[in-house]
Amino acid sequence: MSTRRIFARPARYAAIAPYLWMALFFLVPFGFVLKISLSQTAIAQPPYTPVFDLGEGWAAFKAAFEQLSLENFRLLLSDNLYILSYLRSLVVAATSTLILLVIGYPIAYGMARLPQRWQGIAMTLVIVPFWTSFLIRIYAWINILQHDGLLNRILLALHLVPGPVVWLSTDTAMYIGIVYSYLPFMILPLYATLAKMDRTLLEAAEDLGASARKAFWLVTFPLSLPGVWAGVLLCFIPIVGEFVIPDLLAGSNSLMIGQTLWLEFFTNKDWPVASAVAIALLLLLVPPLVLYDRLQRRQVEGRR
Amino acid sequence: MAEELAKTANNSTTEKTAPRRATDMPLLRIEGVTKRFGNFTAVNELSLDIRAGEFFALLGPSGCGKTTLLRMLAGFETPEEGRILLAGRDIAQVMPHERPVNMMFQNYALFPHLSVRDNIAFGLRRAGMARGEIAARVAEMVALVKLEGMEKRKPDQLSGGQRQRVALARSLARRPQMLLLDEPLAALDKKLRESTQAELMELQRRLGMTFIIVTHDQEEAMTMASRIGVMDAGRLAQVATPRDLYEAPASRWVAEFVGDVNLFEGQVISREQGRLKVTTREAGIITVAEPRQSVMKEIVTVAIRPEKIKLSRRGLASGADALQAINRFEGEVAEINYLGGLTAYRIRLDNGAVVRSVMANTARLDADGYGSSERVAVWFTPDDGVVLEQ
Repeated sequence: MSTRRIFARPARYAAIAPYLWMALFFLVPFGFVLKISLSQTAIAQPPYTPVFDLGEGWAAFKAAFEQLSLENFRLLLSDNLYILSYLRSLVVAATSTLILLVIGYPIAYGMARLPQRWQGIAMTLVIVPFWTSFLIRIYAWINILQHDGLLNRILLALHLVPGPVVWLSTDTAMYIGIVYSYLPFMILPLYATLAKMDRTLLEAAEDLGASARKAFWLVTFPLSLPGVWAGVLLCFIPIVGEFVIPDLLAGSNSLMIGQTLWLEFFTNKDWPVASAVAIALLLLLVPPLVLYDRLQRRQVEGRR
Repeated sequence: MAEELAKTANNSTTEKTAPRRATDMPLLRIEGVTKRFGNFTAVNELSLDIRAGEFFALLGPSGCGKTTLLRMLAGFETPEEGRILLAGRDIAQVMPHERPVNMMFQNYALFPHLSVRDNIAFGLRRAGMARGEIAARVAEMVALVKLEGMEKRKPDQLSGGQRQRVALARSLARRPQMLLLDEPLAALDKKLRESTQAELMELQRRLGMTFIIVTHDQEEAMTMASRIGVMDAGRLAQVATPRDLYEAPASRWVAEFVGDVNLFEGQVISREQGRLKVTTREAGIITVAEPRQSVMKEIVTVAIRPEKIKLSRRGLASGADALQAINRFEGEVAEINYLGGLTAYRIRLDNGAVVRSVMANTARLDADGYGSSERVAVWFTPDDGVVLEQ
């Protein structure tokens, strides 16, 4: 009993740390953004109104509070520029995630099947690209995909295409960039679940009359679903808000929501609308997160 | 229900053996099977026949190849040489999912994402059985292993014993020609293991199915099996009934591996009236009954089980009497281990050898027990010694 008490107290304090972190670096900034999203644009410094100033007294504060409105959110709904951006983001994220899953699953499966000493090496190979800056790697892709880039030169040398193909500023280039950048985030959770799986389960399935392929779909795949969900969400959510890759690799005819937000903020200097876009994006991403949380909880409960 | 199951199991056996009579051929014939892993030979030119309806145990220390042999029967390993004939058909190269054989795994290998019902139905679905038939068979299996009411549970909501039953039901559901059991009771505690042993034997008897069990626990093998194959370094050291294995071990190794034994090595000095006199360094001259097959070698080992070595206070004589007596030695009690039902003694003989003797504690009050350092006479009859040539 007494030992338990000695250890319990610091542990309880330590448990506060993540909440403190979240409050300081998520909730407080979120409050700022939320407030700005309810304000109006102004040619001023800062470029919105009202501005809360506690120095001007309670009445002024109350007056400022009454000026807040949902006007910007109404704008998001009325102008299909925003709705189309959101839709495009969701479509791009869903498509990329699907491609990532289709490419990442076999890689993770192959890694999990390697002899133990090779698994560490394979893992390092997956992680190695992180040693180079993300931005530099995307610029490298621009180099590869440009008119006289590596890809076109290879294709021409192999006589696979009659002339140079336009890759840059296309959706294909964007998907290549996204899939390339996010692949480790898909592979790692998949590998983690596949590697810890009990191989005698597959033997049991075969013993009971399932061919190797059947055994995969009836045993391996269902048991790897937690890893699939983790990988899907780990990729889907950040891709929805992705800005750099579409900005550098895709064309400018249709924008993802991250690009729209950037335009509102830096080009239009419309902080309130930009903030509203950010808040709406956050709300859009809450449902899949809740879903993931529930799946994970069911997984934990199921294991008991 | 069980009778019906047994009938079907028998039917399928006779069907497959149709060209030859079931009596002509054992259900399983292993012929010169060899399996190597790199430089290591796990199973070495092993041959063995197992008849239909037998409860056969493969017993041996870890690494002796017993599990590899079982896995070759299931199809998870392929032998480099030799044939495995199941009801006359060579299955050595047949894929596991195409064999009419099922296995119960050591860790049960239940599918964690499937309920008890779906685990049991797994093999039936693969066999393309009709839905109604599957439901009926699952219900039958659930009843057979007494798991009624648990059908919807997932494996992690079951106790160890219940999981073991699900694994058993799942492996029996397809009515295999032969059931392979890999250390099926190793994960259970002692009490549960004993009751499960009895249940497994009862089940095997009722179904009339052929069971092949792999175990490192000799007591388990002795209790359950009708025949035991003792394996050592990839070969069968002896195949015999539990009684023969214990009372007539084929070699020094088997004698030492199965149960406890006193071994005396010595030279044969005379053969008279079916009796062999052996002079041993440890215990002087020992007289034993000549085995059925006559002893060819000069140097032999005499094995005597501890419970066949009797102790007594009487007959502690001096001089001529002691020399005349057969297999009677004197010494003093060096160690006493009280084991409840039995007491194990270590006696240091006057010529230096230490022999072990086990006596049943037939009376509650310890009036007959021997004390530490007490002088005792040690004796055994010529029939209780086994002459071993290897």
